[in-house]
Amino acid sequence: MSFRLFELMLWAAGYTVVLSAISIAIGLIIGLLVCAAKLSSARALSLPATLFISFFRGVPLLVQLLLIYNLLPAVGIMVPSVVAAVVGLSLCTAAYQAENLRGGFNSVPRGLIEAADMVGLSPWQQLTRIRAPIALRLTLPALVNEAILILKASSLVSVVGVIELTRMAQNLAASTYKPLLFYAVAGGFYLVICWTVAGGGALAERLTKAGRA
Amino acid sequence: MSSTRPSPATDDIPAVTVKGVTKRFGDTEVLQGIDLSVPTGATTCLIGPSGSGKSTLLRCIAFLEEATTGTILIHGDPLGFAEGPNGQRSRLSPQKIRAVRSRIGMVFQQFNLWPHMTALGNVCEALVTVRKMKRSEAEDLGMAQLSRVGLENRAGHYPSELSGGQQQRVAIARALALDPEILLFDEPTASLDPELTGEVLNVMRDLADSGMTLLVVTHEIGFAATVGRRIAFLDHGKLLLNGTPQELFGEPRHPRLGQFLETYLDRGAATLL
Repeated sequence: MSFRLFELMLWAAGYTVVLSAISIAIGLIIGLLVCAAKLSSARALSLPATLFISFFRGVPLLVQLLLIYNLLPAVGIMVPSVVAAVVGLSLCTAAYQAENLRGGFNSVPRGLIEAADMVGLSPWQQLTRIRAPIALRLTLPALVNEAILILKASSLVSVVGVIELTRMAQNLAASTYKPLLFYAVAGGFYLVICWTVAGGGALAERLTKAGRA
Repeated sequence: MSSTRPSPATDDIPAVTVKGVTKRFGDTEVLQGIDLSVPTGATTCLIGPSGSGKSTLLRCIAFLEEATTGTILIHGDPLGFAEGPNGQRSRLSPQKIRAVRSRIGMVFQQFNLWPHMTALGNVCEALVTVRKMKRSEAEDLGMAQLSRVGLENRAGHYPSELSGGQQQRVAIARALALDPEILLFDEPTASLDPELTGEVLNVMRDLADSGMTLLVVTHEIGFAATVGRRIAFLDHGKLLLNGTPQELFGEPRHPRLGQFLETYLDRGAATLL
């Protein structure tokens, strides 16, 4: 493989990382909102959240991407394919992250909230100072897991014409007649990226460990 | 006692007044019409067998549980529900509930320290977020409270790095930091071994000696007899006896209380064998 081709692969790997990171970040924000809605006692909020979660967990990501890619232009929204890809990945991961976060929030011991009640923290202060920090710590391993899944699932966005790591490997394999080489390099890149994320997650867990019950 | 609050001018108003409180969980009536006054500046102990409703009563006083009927007054001010002229109850606003509740502190059986904050962080949290104190001021005050319970050298430790007794003393410091008029204890030593129980009871004894108003749910009969100014004995959701330790523990003794105390003697004898 020439240096020029390796550079192309490296660039595509970077594209995959950025695409996934943006989707995971947006997904986490949407996931938090969906989780809050799902935990709400108001049915007008919890029902849409339930529907959102069951749709985005129940339909394959590949189908979701094709749906979004074709739906947006059909309703008059012209967007670059990369935007459709980010929307699809974000919404899908948001559904999973919402459920992970819900598990975390439900695992915060009742007594810790009663203690916050007794010292006069308002409901908002209880959420931001006590419940969310503890829930996020409890959810951290699941969030790292989800980030790794999304990194790998981002290979699917090639179907809507986004050239990321997998698509780049396909293109170069086709034009050089060396499929084994390029798919091996792509696989290697995915491995390194995922190891890095897992390592970062383990480090974050260790740093917050002292603060866990 | 470092409290700067002037003692209430109306000392004859009890620290806590419980009026006709009942509490029902489904079909079970856990509290069956409790009337109780907790005097200011002294320690009152709630004793009784498991399931007698003493913890539930304390939680109703703190408004962590809502009494099914009846009202709670903190130095005359209603907490949770106000009683109208015809005896009908109306729920107070969350702001009002927080305002009255800020005058009482609570120490739990399970300590309930926030695991993601250090000992000092736990003590300072409400000073900063609720009382809007500067972080540095709050930490000075927090350190003072931690040294009061003998833990100034554990300020930077997380709860998971502390023994149960130390955690409970931090929890006491957390409650003290807000300078409460009344401190409630819900079986504060029930999850501690005897040695750690001793260090927590010593802190509580110091607080009692300093003239704080304490209301303590406990199985430590020795502590109740020596530190308690008033003892209330609950049985099957009813306040069976209420008086000084001499009145309750001296002769002649109420047969039900005698029966209850014998279980302690049995246990004490068992540990000697």
